[in-house]
Amino acid sequence: MDLKKWLEAPAADVSAPKRPKLNMLRGAFTRITTPLLPDDYLHLANPLWSARELRGRVVEVKQETATAVTLVIQPGWGFNFDYKPGQYIGIGLHLGGRWHWRSYSLTSPPNWDEKRISITVKAMPEGFLSSHLVGGVPQGTIVRLAAPKGNFALPTPPPEKILFITAGSGITPVISMLRALDRHGELSDTVHIHSAPTEDEVMFADELSALAEAHPQFHSHIQLTRSDGKFALASLDELYPDWRTRETWACGPASLLEEIERVWKHEGLEDKLHLERFEISRADTSGKGGTVTFAKSDRSTEVDGATSLLEAGENVGVQMPFGCRMGICQTCVVPLTAGHVIDLRSGKQHGEGDRIQTCISAAAGDCTLDL
Amino acid sequence: MAISDIKEFAHLTEADMEAFGRELDAVRRDIEDSRGAKDAAYIRRTIRVQRSLELGARIVLLGSKYRPAWLAGTAMLSVAKIIENMELGHNVMHGQWDWMNDPEIHSVSWEWDQTGPSEQWKRAHNYSHHTYTNIVGMDDDIGFGILRMTRDEPWKPINLIQPLANVLLAMTFEWGIALHDLDAKKDLDGETNLPFWKSASNRQFGRKIARQVGKDFVLFPALTGPAWKSTLTANATANLVRNLWTYVVIFCGHFPDGAEKFTIGQFENETRAEWYMRQMLGSANFEAGKVMAFMSGNLCYQIEHHMFPDLPSNRYAEISERVHALCEKYDLPYTTGSLGKQYLLALRTIHKLSLPDSWLRATSDNAPETSSERRFRTGEVPAVHALRIDPMTGERRGLRSAIAEARVTLRNAKKEAKRQAKAMRRTQGE
Repeated sequence: MDLKKWLEAPAADVSAPKRPKLNMLRGAFTRITTPLLPDDYLHLANPLWSARELRGRVVEVKQETATAVTLVIQPGWGFNFDYKPGQYIGIGLHLGGRWHWRSYSLTSPPNWDEKRISITVKAMPEGFLSSHLVGGVPQGTIVRLAAPKGNFALPTPPPEKILFITAGSGITPVISMLRALDRHGELSDTVHIHSAPTEDEVMFADELSALAEAHPQFHSHIQLTRSDGKFALASLDELYPDWRTRETWACGPASLLEEIERVWKHEGLEDKLHLERFEISRADTSGKGGTVTFAKSDRSTEVDGATSLLEAGENVGVQMPFGCRMGICQTCVVPLTAGHVIDLRSGKQHGEGDRIQTCISAAAGDCTLDL
Repeated sequence: MAISDIKEFAHLTEADMEAFGRELDAVRRDIEDSRGAKDAAYIRRTIRVQRSLELGARIVLLGSKYRPAWLAGTAMLSVAKIIENMELGHNVMHGQWDWMNDPEIHSVSWEWDQTGPSEQWKRAHNYSHHTYTNIVGMDDDIGFGILRMTRDEPWKPINLIQPLANVLLAMTFEWGIALHDLDAKKDLDGETNLPFWKSASNRQFGRKIARQVGKDFVLFPALTGPAWKSTLTANATANLVRNLWTYVVIFCGHFPDGAEKFTIGQFENETRAEWYMRQMLGSANFEAGKVMAFMSGNLCYQIEHHMFPDLPSNRYAEISERVHALCEKYDLPYTTGSLGKQYLLALRTIHKLSLPDSWLRATSDNAPETSSERRFRTGEVPAVHALRIDPMTGERRGLRSAIAEARVTLRNAKKEAKRQAKAMRRTQGE
């Protein structure tokens, strides 16, 4: 084994990308702080000095509209700023003793200069975390972060002709793309159609008109649905007759996306269409169960609301970790990567990002386990 | 033979037993519903205190050539190791703080400052010991495979050295536990027949030993340079203190008189309520103030811990009040006493059971460390019905009264036997 590997070894499973010297140093120090990591002591002084998981600090809270805020976050050690515009991140907030976990689109363009990122959150009537975020997060709050991911992103180089269709908070991944294009001076032939109920509820309104002014090839179409009605896709032919030649990215409520999908399919343009759905998935507590997917073993099965996930997995031959089978020993704990499950003992719900005991949990709607 | 019918032993009817279980389910629900920011703050504070203590100890020990610094540093390090072992390691790995959804304080990712890898410990402890608690033949924690702690197990000549084995186990407790867990892990994974170096568990164990021993006995002494010798003794002493303390806490939680043993028969048809009952009758508490409770990782509430191993430790005090009230209601024993008394009882069992059965007077139906429902079977009428309600006062009479009565009966029987023997001698003499 070479020296570099040997030095890094003790902290290898939580190494920071692109920081080889730091990794070596942490590895070396881990030998004295074992079984903890040096970070476990360092973050007594600064909570951002943790590399067990990405952390960040909220440095600025900007009100976008009455119901939406932008959080500017300074990530701690190990964050990779090399993300693609349009991708989203996972963010965890500490509330009532518990970390709550959600995903939001990054609204900041990828950049290495400021070492900051931002997300824009719109309060959803039933969104527990989004209401809290919009209601007020104090500056300086420490949040957990997950690395940026997602396929809803601009390719490099960007296509010559682009069409964006967004509604409501669906604008958030697209504003990141627009900002990136603007930053690189590549905001060429682009049409952006955005719908919001009223003028007050248009996020980034000033920025959109400034972009349109600065770039003659950029067309910003704002549809105020309460006064003008829904944007009719049929009017595309009249407004932007070349829309069929454009690479299209669309993000918004499910009904809008379904309509777009139908029209594009009808025109044989599926290849040019990119969709992002981020309706909040809700737990199905009807007791009907759902489809459980085991991501790593690439298997799935339909279950009712009374079958434990452990049994479900074993029935389709997944190697499930197990122990007492009654919820006391924590041997069967695995991360829930999507969907919701219900604790059969207490009826409590768990969502994406929680680690769950498979022996006493059942599917509440479709869900995916990291197994 | 140990308890094979827990309902009969506890003097409860089927309906009573189920009601008892429902009351405990309600306790669990109440605690789960009220877990929140205060509890999270408690565990974070504990972690901060522990890490600061350890860091401080390491700094003070740089001057360990001077006796006062050695004493202060060793004391701090011992306390840090005890907190790390009990309130943090043991409890975090039980999943008591998993509800916080914090990857840094989670049963899945926690590793502790002990020779045994936490994964192996979780398998042996959380799974084997907490599922099969006190079932003779299935719970390897009864005596940890070294001591004979119940006369349900046959005596072997090796048991004669038990008093000595006990002292050795106490001093090297973390090693005892580590080896015990390794065996359990190999058993479960079917690795028992593999050659030594081919077993993944052995390799995992080896890596952990290297890191632990390397840190305490090589790296830290080396880093302090000229004070290496005193740093080494300080580290060794802190480990020893931690070992002795955890040993005492564990033994007081499991081996005083009144901590019952069970048969596989009982386990096989067990209901949820009976599971609670087995955990309760199988464990013992000791009385502790706030500081001692904290230093024991709240395992002075061993009974509550065994009923709710995954509820946060800082809530055990409040849970114990409710469990105690339930014991009053159903007339059940709640085994507790001072730390000294509980330990002496355990010690008595250790020494007594080093002797062959023929030297012991009680049977495994009525011994201090193990008894069974047969202890109460007198005459034709099953005890469960006979003892249900006191005919005079109308009060519920359960296991607690039954034990008290059995004691009186036994004492009277002994007196009677003595009297008869005396009379016999007198007639023979005449």
